Amino acid sequence: MTDLAANDPLPKPKRDIAPVLLPIALALLMIPLIGSTSSWLTLTAASLAMGMMIFIMASGLTLVFGLMDVLNFGHGAFIAVGAYVATLVLAPFAASIQADSLWINLAVLAPAALLSMAVSGALGLIVERVLILPVYGQHLKQILMTTGGLIVAEQTLYALWGPQIIPMPLPASLRGSFILGDVAIAKYRVLAMLIGLAVFIAIQLVLNRTKLGLLIRAGVENREMVEALGYRIRRLFLGVFMTGSALAGLGGVMWALYREQVHASMSDDLTVLIFIVVIIGGLGSIGGCFIGAILVAMVANYGGFLVPKLALVSNILLMVAILMWRPRGLYAVTSR
Amino acid sequence: MMILSGDPPRSRVLTLLLVVIILALAATPFLFPGAKALNVAAKICVFAALVASYDLLLGYTGSVSFAHTMFYGIGSYAIAIALYGMGPNWAAVATGIVTGLPLAALLALAIGLFSLRVAAIFFAMITLAVASAFQVLASQLSWLTGGEDGRSFQLPELLRPGTVLISKNLFGFEVNGRILTFYLVFAISALMILALLRVVNSPFGRVLQAIRENRFRAEALGFRTVFHLTYANCLAALVAASAGILNALWLRYAGPDTSLSFSIMLDILLMVVIGGMGTIYGAIIGATIFILAQNYLQSLMGVASKAASEAGLPLLPGLLHPDRWLLWLGLLFIASVYFFPTGVVGRLRHGGGKKAAGASH
Repeated sequence: MTDLAANDPLPKPKRDIAPVLLPIALALLMIPLIGSTSSWLTLTAASLAMGMMIFIMASGLTLVFGLMDVLNFGHGAFIAVGAYVATLVLAPFAASIQADSLWINLAVLAPAALLSMAVSGALGLIVERVLILPVYGQHLKQILMTTGGLIVAEQTLYALWGPQIIPMPLPASLRGSFILGDVAIAKYRVLAMLIGLAVFIAIQLVLNRTKLGLLIRAGVENREMVEALGYRIRRLFLGVFMTGSALAGLGGVMWALYREQVHASMSDDLTVLIFIVVIIGGLGSIGGCFIGAILVAMVANYGGFLVPKLALVSNILLMVAILMWRPRGLYAVTSR
Repeated sequence: MMILSGDPPRSRVLTLLLVVIILALAATPFLFPGAKALNVAAKICVFAALVASYDLLLGYTGSVSFAHTMFYGIGSYAIAIALYGMGPNWAAVATGIVTGLPLAALLALAIGLFSLRVAAIFFAMITLAVASAFQVLASQLSWLTGGEDGRSFQLPELLRPGTVLISKNLFGFEVNGRILTFYLVFAISALMILALLRVVNSPFGRVLQAIRENRFRAEALGFRTVFHLTYANCLAALVAASAGILNALWLRYAGPDTSLSFSIMLDILLMVVIGGMGTIYGAIIGATIFILAQNYLQSLMGVASKAASEAGLPLLPGLLHPDRWLLWLGLLFIASVYFFPTGVVGRLRHGGGKKAAGASH
């Protein structure tokens, strides 16, 4: 233990960069395996875009767990709700979506995404008050309640919109790819990457540069202490929960545009995927969630290209491998 | 009392209910004519055993597994594939049993050792992920499992409906292979439930409850909690796979919808919660209520939906459509977790006043 002089900067925690290197190493390792550089670049871009979308959906879940020890099995419902709400805006304005101007397209897409986020966020408020508050602190009941909530939400979507798959075409200006030499990168993937990166940076800035973020991080680490200092962590939690739900809604819109279709069952498939991401990243860690999302997307894309048969179980294998290396995920932030 | 392992229902109404259910099930082939009644009764038997095995996990150890249908499906598919591939003979039945049960137990062991070791909270999520991967795998390996169509097969001679064992003019009832199959299902399910009752009332079962109440403390007392939890997981998987075998034998079919789908998992969860977690008896009550409702309420919903659409009411026809049956189930599920956390059995035992011991954390 060294003594610190008054003017010395506070000792910084050691940065743990091994997890950051993991996706980079994985990507580099794939170059010789895939063979052609152009398909490698396309696949890498695809995995980054997919990873960003998964990250947007999963970020709320990991924070909610980290902050309040609440395991929300109904998180997927917000994704589906977001996608369905976007169709409410996109369907009447189908003509402007097909107009060949980026600005007209975005003028319709942006309100659709905002409305989805607002509705998902509001739904988050209801879910938190009605389903999670009564069973606060009881894991088993939380899982049961939120699973019930997922069923009800999914079935309500079926009842309101019908069981058929709703097409959700990409705007005209986002179709096609940027061609650089012999590398083709889909335009929409670039947009998805940009949005995902923006969300990641925004979350990091809020968490690391504001008082609110300081309280959230402190709450993740030690809830009782923050409460003892007089902050109303319940309200903080509600805010995080609603933000997480809204982000899931945004992710739902992006995912629906990516697949160009909407269906209530999308919540089931994505729930499994985001659970894997959250486990890999370490519950409660935004950075881990980000890396986990990219890893899952990389394994899905590279795996799908190299050994299509293995793609089914590749995510499970990835999870097993990571948990063997770090039993509590890439970054273990909570003491739980 | 020996047969109940010293754990009687402890409530007069509950005892009466159980006796009525068991007698009605046992007498179904003679009391209620028709194929539907017999199908419902067989389904109740299979699910009572399946739900009881899930109760061992959820109610006694407090761990939520979403992979229970996977084990159920392994049992179903093992027997279906064996009978489909080897033809309708007893050797095939035996092959199905000796491959299905160890496979289920091994998989449960692997999942248990892996996920129960890292952190208890991961267990629910990891089982969900593994189960969904297994479901996709089963539908993809269509050369083995028949894909989405599943596998239909023939039963050995003795168990076929055409085989008349006791002709009609002896007692006034015809006892054929179908009825024999029903009693096989009934007897094995009953045996499994009694065995589970024995397990939860053994010292091992007490340790499981100790882990449920306070894992840290149980560990401090010197119990190897991971060993106990994994063991319970394997036992539950074995019973679930056996229930799957019975189900496939009864239906003469195994497919994703009848033995693997996620909705069966939800059904099981609902039955445990309605019946009462941590009681084993709750499984019988829950399965009976649920399956009766599933088979007879759905047609009622169809009638209500039609009436609503004829009356010109908005929204209601969609909400009451028989396909939306899961919606009401979900609401019922939330309501029962919220208002009746101890289920029917807990209510009957404690009159709703005292907090039951089965309440969980």
